[in-house]
Amino acid sequence: MKQEVPERGVLGLGWRRLKGTGSGPRAQAAYRPRFRAWRLWLVGVPNVCLKMVLELYLDLLSASCRAVYIFARKNSIPFDFQFVDLLKGHHHSKEYIEINPMKKLPSLKDGKFILSESVAILFYLCRKYSTPSHWYPPDLHTRARVDEFMAWQHTAIQLPMSKILWVKMLIPMITGEEVPAEKTEQTLLEVKNNMQLFEEKFLQDKMFITGDHISLADLVALVEMMQPMGSKYNVFLNSSRIAEWRMRVELAIGSGLFWEAHDRLMKLAEWDCSTLDPMVKEKICKLLQKFR
Amino acid sequence: MGLELYLDMLSQPCRAVSIFAKKNGIPFKLCTTEVFKGQHPSKEFFQINSLRRVPTLKDGDFILTESSAILIYLSSKYQTADHWYPSDLRARARVHEYLGWHADCIRGTFGVPLWTQVMAPLIGVHVPEEKVQRNKTFMDLALQQLEEKFLGDRAFVAGQQVSLADLMALEELLQPVAVGCDLFEGRPRLAAWRERVEAFLGSDLLQETRGPILNILEQAVNKKVPTPPPEVHPCMLLRISRIP
Repeated sequence: MKQEVPERGVLGLGWRRLKGTGSGPRAQAAYRPRFRAWRLWLVGVPNVCLKMVLELYLDLLSASCRAVYIFARKNSIPFDFQFVDLLKGHHHSKEYIEINPMKKLPSLKDGKFILSESVAILFYLCRKYSTPSHWYPPDLHTRARVDEFMAWQHTAIQLPMSKILWVKMLIPMITGEEVPAEKTEQTLLEVKNNMQLFEEKFLQDKMFITGDHISLADLVALVEMMQPMGSKYNVFLNSSRIAEWRMRVELAIGSGLFWEAHDRLMKLAEWDCSTLDPMVKEKICKLLQKFR
Repeated sequence: MGLELYLDMLSQPCRAVSIFAKKNGIPFKLCTTEVFKGQHPSKEFFQINSLRRVPTLKDGDFILTESSAILIYLSSKYQTADHWYPSDLRARARVHEYLGWHADCIRGTFGVPLWTQVMAPLIGVHVPEEKVQRNKTFMDLALQQLEEKFLGDRAFVAGQQVSLADLMALEELLQPVAVGCDLFEGRPRLAAWRERVEAFLGSDLLQETRGPILNILEQAVNKKVPTPPPEVHPCMLLRISRIP
């Protein structure tokens, strides 16, 4: 299913509420039937109360955002998809800085409660919406294994996977410079080693990380391992065990939802980077010193 | 067979785990693993921990790494006071929010001064000044975010009471302090927070745990730090190469 992410309107003019039409994630995810708004209007409840629905600030280019999006959709959690376009630098806008001063995605807004960090958001959603226990099993040891993976993945999986996308595609695209081959090789080797560690330590011979059922750990692992696909680099080729696990996780999520969530990433190569805000480009160039 | 904790007190996350366990009277066998004396990548340790990391917990047959996971496990299993890992939905979310940010912005950053000033010279490696300066910039930014976003006008990092988050944060911040970078100077809010946490934990416990790290600079100056054996050089070099 093709994902159309509707424009939110120019951020400088504030958030515009769009009616729930079209096939974009907003329409699908915003379980706010129009009749409810009409009823509230009738009883004179001010519009501000309509903002009590959960808001998720996302750009599905980001693996962390995909994890949150897929989890919320899979569990039919009603939310408003607030698109914050990373490619247009909207995470640096005044409006978004009010939500998250650290300018990162994803963010969750539940009434006045604002939460950042995808792992924290996933745990919050699990508990608040009483999702099936296999997502974050209550058994002490099993839960600890999920916690362990969630801690390990920041530097072992998320960072290097994201680095591949930067060195293979985004840096050359945005700065016009190629990254030295040595750095690229180093990054690819790190990913290869960490995929091996993932297989030996977390997956082993099991169907999923915690055993027979998918959990948050599998979801987070997979969306992060998909990140290099944006630059057409496939990390699943080296191990049949991992390739089989990948398929299992996709099927457990539902292929439709999985590929819808990854559509924007898969189309990244088509992005016209001349539309990148010059100020944002400068910020990215500074950030990229870390990767060179 | 009781709880075993494999710890190296030079390591920030190990200290956090040790302090937590002792503060809460959790009985455990301390298996001191001195990473740079070559005890770390030994065969026995490898069998226990394929990730070859410290801290590691061994509870019967159950083996667990990652300090935040270990802290949460201990708090759940030993039913420690609620404030460490609050049961309230939003309060707990704040702890996880901190831990997520900590993994990206604190871990890997605040350990660098020890590497550049003590560990790298031990194996004859000089870290370029450019990297040292860049690390200072990253630390400054992280401290600013810690003060403004996490501490704000609260008493502690994830709320009004001490939690696992404060423990993780404090031991990381102490690492550069131990090699002479006084991060708390000119940051009264942060210094006040440190005092609050340390008052809660108790100076005896802290002195006991921090002995090795607080002595490391003096030992290095007097050339009393043992030279790491050749078998640990590759992983040391890898760690040094990761300094941005």
